[in-house]
Amino acid sequence: MKTFQGRTVSPGNVCAEALVSHGGLNTLASFQKALQFGDKKATCGDQNNPDLYGKQMAGKALCLPQTIGSTTGGLVLYCACAMHRQPACMLFSQPIDSLAGAGAVLADVWLEDVSMPVIDSLGDEFLDYVKDGMKITVTPEGTVTVE
Amino acid sequence: MKHSMKLTEEQESVLAGSRGDTLAKVMETLVRYGELFGADEMVPVTSEYNHLVTSFGLKALTPVYGLMEKLIEAGAVSKQKFTADPRPLDGNVPSNILQDLIFKKFMYSKQDFYEEQLDKLGLIDSDSFTCACYMDEVGNTPKKGDILSWSESSAVVYANSVLGARCNRNSGIIDLMGSIAGCVPSFGLLKDEGRRADWIVEIKTTKKPEAQLLGSAIGMKVTEDVPYVKGLDKWLGEGLSEDTKTYLKDFGAATASNGAVGLYHIDRITPEAAEQGEALIKDGAKVYVIDDEELERVYKSYPVIWKKKDAKPKLCFMGCPHMSLNQLISWTQKVEESLKKYGNAKVVIPTVFTAAPKVLEAFGKTPYAERLKSTGVITSYICPLMYMNNPLCSSMPVITSSNKLRTYTSAKYYTDDEILVQITKGAE
Repeated sequence: MKTFQGRTVSPGNVCAEALVSHGGLNTLASFQKALQFGDKKATCGDQNNPDLYGKQMAGKALCLPQTIGSTTGGLVLYCACAMHRQPACMLFSQPIDSLAGAGAVLADVWLEDVSMPVIDSLGDEFLDYVKDGMKITVTPEGTVTVE
Repeated sequence: MKHSMKLTEEQESVLAGSRGDTLAKVMETLVRYGELFGADEMVPVTSEYNHLVTSFGLKALTPVYGLMEKLIEAGAVSKQKFTADPRPLDGNVPSNILQDLIFKKFMYSKQDFYEEQLDKLGLIDSDSFTCACYMDEVGNTPKKGDILSWSESSAVVYANSVLGARCNRNSGIIDLMGSIAGCVPSFGLLKDEGRRADWIVEIKTTKKPEAQLLGSAIGMKVTEDVPYVKGLDKWLGEGLSEDTKTYLKDFGAATASNGAVGLYHIDRITPEAAEQGEALIKDGAKVYVIDDEELERVYKSYPVIWKKKDAKPKLCFMGCPHMSLNQLISWTQKVEESLKKYGNAKVVIPTVFTAAPKVLEAFGKTPYAERLKSTGVITSYICPLMYMNNPLCSSMPVITSSNKLRTYTSAKYYTDDEILVQITKGAE
């Protein structure tokens, strides 16, 4: 078991199973098909991401360095939250990028019945340590426990 | 809400709800977004027009249209008129019955509704749909030093780098909210320090590097950092000719999509590099040398994700980002000459050149339009990326010289010269 301290972008308590992407998450490519075709599991549709392609993202503790790709990224995350197909939390090893940051803030400010804690700046060691299926616990103060 | 950012009296008042709950939420969104990145104040948006990335009535984005409706109902419409990214549909572009059914009845079933919303929110006119809004013919061309609230990665990187405007890589919705509030958080590429280069890129190729391949290599290497590129003036000449602007349009789109570059400097060419030179480079900047071998390595690293890897191409898309007028003209000449060389009258692969509606209108007034039409090439204002973002296209062998289209879809990348041979002679 290891504990990592990051910065809270969107606060919340959550306990979920880890899903790890070592490359940047292309938000549009990952979520579009799931949102378009009613996939409640939000199966990742990004063929360029071997870590996530074909895996369920909804309800998982999504661990990643940053998001990449289209500037629709923030609104796609907002839509995933609004449609209740978001990850349980998003845990960034690096400082959050402007697109994911926008999505996290939009969901937090404009959606009342949705929670998706977001923590950033957890460090490279976090992403080296965490593996798919590990148990993740997140606190509102930005503490992430991996076991 | 508690905040550390310095706000003006008016901004504080809006945040406290003096102009209604919806505008208060708009301001809260911008303040919280800015504070994530260390913004110390909100600065006025000074460009004449805005540009939005969201142009498509995609059913998957239904919650966005609900949010837009809240803004419209509260009278929180844009203070600026705006252009928006290209439309996702155009009857000119080849599609089969199944694609038509899925596009119109399922994927883009919200298109008409969303275009009505855009009109209410401040769209300039019904021909304002393009990712290359900065073209002279379109007229959304910011001045040097203008503060923007734009999104669309290829437009943002062009505005920052080639025009010398100042804009962060904003997400959709944030773009509109900055325009509604009339101010954006000041951080990153809005600051002098944020515009200094983290990387020196030295070009040592033996021929003019392919714009979209060079941009891809740099984007993958520097990710979201600012590169200062040296040695490209040897191939492009000094200053910003129309050909150079077109080259940088394609180069920049590749840096922004293959990485997350929002600003680049080209020694002796782009405005800030021409003025300040190497003073723009940070101490301790990293160095990346690009020669012929490095470009070849990057080219060979692209995965081919067609279901049948050696399939015969069924469609060719050129123009992601949208083509310029001089690009349409030069490609007309190239296609004509190459068809003649290979003894063909028309292109042998269905080929679509995409450009802004107003660029296509200007092109239509030149004799080249008829000449291009006679080669069999179709022109369209469509967004190739939106056309291909569906399960039917993932198994369709599409070729392109756009590295952005390659990155986001299953389209296979070829250089411009290779594309020309493919569409005029046929695949080897």
